[in-house]
Amino acid sequence: MNMKVKPNTNLLDVKGMKIHFHSSEGVAKAVDGISFHLDRGEVLGIVGESGCGKSVTAKSIMRLIPTPPGKIAAGQIIFDGTDLLKLSIQQMRRIRGNRIAMIFQEPMTSLNPVFTIGDQISEMFILHRGLRRKQALEQAVEMLAKVQIPEPCKRSREYPHQLSGGMRQRAMIAMALACDPQILIADEPTTALDVTIQAQIIDLMLQLKEDFHTSIIMITHDLGVIAEIAQTVAVMYAGKIVEQAPAVDLFDRASHPYTQGLLKSIPKLGRRAAKGRCDLSEIPGIVPSLYRLPQGCSFYPRCEKAHAVCNSLMPDLHSVSEHHRVRCWLYADKGKRKD
Amino acid sequence: MFVFIIRRLIQCVIVLLTVSLLCFILFQFAGDPVVNMAGKYATIEDIERVRSSLGLDKPFYVQYIRFIGNAAQGNFGMSYVSKMPTLELILERLPATVELAMTAMCIAFIAGVFLGVLVSLKPHSVFSRSIMALSLGGISIPTFLMGILLIMVFAVWLGVLPPFGRGETVNLGFWRSGLITVEGLKHIILPAMTLAMFQLAVLLRLTRGSMREILTEEYVVTAWAKGLPPLKVIFKHALRNALIPVITIAGLQIGEMIAFSIVTETIFQWPGMGNLLVRSIFETDNPVLVTYIMLAALIILAINLVVDILYAYLNPKIRYE
Repeated sequence: MNMKVKPNTNLLDVKGMKIHFHSSEGVAKAVDGISFHLDRGEVLGIVGESGCGKSVTAKSIMRLIPTPPGKIAAGQIIFDGTDLLKLSIQQMRRIRGNRIAMIFQEPMTSLNPVFTIGDQISEMFILHRGLRRKQALEQAVEMLAKVQIPEPCKRSREYPHQLSGGMRQRAMIAMALACDPQILIADEPTTALDVTIQAQIIDLMLQLKEDFHTSIIMITHDLGVIAEIAQTVAVMYAGKIVEQAPAVDLFDRASHPYTQGLLKSIPKLGRRAAKGRCDLSEIPGIVPSLYRLPQGCSFYPRCEKAHAVCNSLMPDLHSVSEHHRVRCWLYADKGKRKD
Repeated sequence: MFVFIIRRLIQCVIVLLTVSLLCFILFQFAGDPVVNMAGKYATIEDIERVRSSLGLDKPFYVQYIRFIGNAAQGNFGMSYVSKMPTLELILERLPATVELAMTAMCIAFIAGVFLGVLVSLKPHSVFSRSIMALSLGGISIPTFLMGILLIMVFAVWLGVLPPFGRGETVNLGFWRSGLITVEGLKHIILPAMTLAMFQLAVLLRLTRGSMREILTEEYVVTAWAKGLPPLKVIFKHALRNALIPVITIAGLQIGEMIAFSIVTETIFQWPGMGNLLVRSIFETDNPVLVTYIMLAALIILAINLVVDILYAYLNPKIRYE
C-alpha cells in the first residue's frame, strides 16, 4: 500500500458531483452538483430528509452505485491526491474496505446471515492483509474486543441472528475498521437502534476515531447525532447542499429556512409539561419528486420566506461567514437580487 | 440434531406403513393376477389351487400383516412372473437407474445453478433473454419428445452417440457400473440429458429468481464495500444464500428422478427400475409393484432427510433443536 503523506490536511475532496438515475420516468438527479471536503481526523455530518441524496452520495464515494440505472454524470472525488472516478475497478477494490470503509443503517440486514461474525471480519484481513485464515480469525476476535463486545471469542463463532441489534452494529464497525481505513462512511448507523444503544454506538465511534485516526462521514437525518459527533455539517435538500457550516455555527445561527425548519421540528423534552400540549412544528409539504424539481430553488414550494425570484432561479451558495455558506436568495448581495 | 434425526426416522416408518397399506388396498382392485398366471386354459379348480398356494384366498388383513412381517425381515415376496425374490429383481436394476438419475442431477444442478447465476447478473442482456426463452422450452417440451429429438440429432444425424442401451458395464461386487467404461459413458449422455432437461430448466429459473432478490440485499452491498472480487461476492456471499430454496427443490427432484425415470428409461431401453416397473404393470406382477413403490418411498424419504440436514447446514437460522 503506497500511502502518500502530504503536507495538506485535505483527505477527501468531492467536487461538483452529479449522480443521475435513468428510468422509464426520466432522469432523476439524485445528486446535483455537490462539493465538500473532509480533513484528516475530521467528522463531517451530512443531514437531510430521506430521498435527499445523502445515501447515494455516500455510496458513490465507494463507487457502489449500481450502473445502470445510476450514473455519476459529472464531478471528481479526489481521495488522497487521486481521483477515485478515474480508477479501474481493480484499483478501486484495493481502496474499498481497506482505505475507505462503510457501515450501513440496518445491522440486521447488512451482515450476511449464513456466515459467522468471525468469518465475515476475518475476510477483511485475508483480503487486504494477506493473512492466513487462522491468523485472520485471531485478528477478528481482537477487533471484536476493541469494539467492546463481551466474550469476543465466543461471539466470533456466532451467526448474526444470534446477536442483538447493538452487538451487530458493533460487529459491523469492527469489520469496517479492521484494516485501519482513513475514512469511515457511516450511513445512518444509529437509526435502527434503541436510543440507549444509539448513545453507546456514538461514544464508541468517537473513541475509535481517536484510536484509529479515522476521518468519519456521518450520514443521518438525526440532528441530535450530528450535534454529538460532527465538526462540520452539510445540509442536503433534493440533491443539493443548501447549507454548509461548522457544527457550532449551524446550531447557533442556522441560516437556510430549511435548516431552521429542521431545527424547529425537533420535539423538546419537557415542553408539554411546561406549556401544555401544542402543535409540533413541521416543515409543510413534502420533498419534491426528483423527476419534477421546481424550476428555481428546490425548497421554494415549502419555504416560508420565499420571494418571486426563488421561483425562477436556483440560488448559488453564498457565504455568510468564513466557513458558513448558504444556498438562499436571502443571503445574496442586495445588488444581485432581482426582486 | 440427534433428536431431530430420531424423530424423522420414526416419521419415516409411519409413512412407509401408510404407503404399504394404500398399495395393498389399491391392488385388491387392480386386476386378478391369478387369472394371468394360471394360463388361458385353466379350470376353475386350477385357478383356486394357484390362489390358495399364493395365500391369496386369505382375508385382506391376514395378507397384509403377513406381508409386513416378511417385509420387516427384508423379504418382499416373489415375483409371480419370474419366480425370483422381488427385492433382488429390483436391486439388480437399481444401479442403472441410480447412475442415470445422479448423472442427470449433476448436469441439471451444475448447469442450472451456473446459468441461473449468470442470467441473474445481467437480466436484460440478449444472452439472458435467450437462455430464459430456451428454459421455457425445457419446461414445456415433454420428456418423450426431448428424448426422441436428442436421439434424432445425436444418434441418427450426427451418429456420435448410441441411441439405446447401457453399453459395457463392470461388476464391482454388489454394484454393476456403467460409468467407468468409455462405452458406458457414451451411452449415458443422451438419457441423462433427456432426464436432466426439465429439472435443469426448473433449477435455472429458481436460481435466477432467488439470486436477483439476494443481489439487492444490503449484505451484498456490504460485501462489495469490503473490496471483495466479484467472484467472491457472487458465488460466496450471494449464492450461498440463494441456494437455500434451490436445495429443497433439487432434493425433491433427485427422489423423483430415481423413482420415476420411467419414460426416459423406456425411450432409451435403459435396463433400470423404470423399465421393470412398466413391464410389471403389464403383467399385473403385484409383488414387484408393491416392492417398487415401497422402495421408491424409502428413497424419497431418505433424500428428504439428507436435504433437511443440508438445509440446516446452509441456513444457520434453522437448527433443529
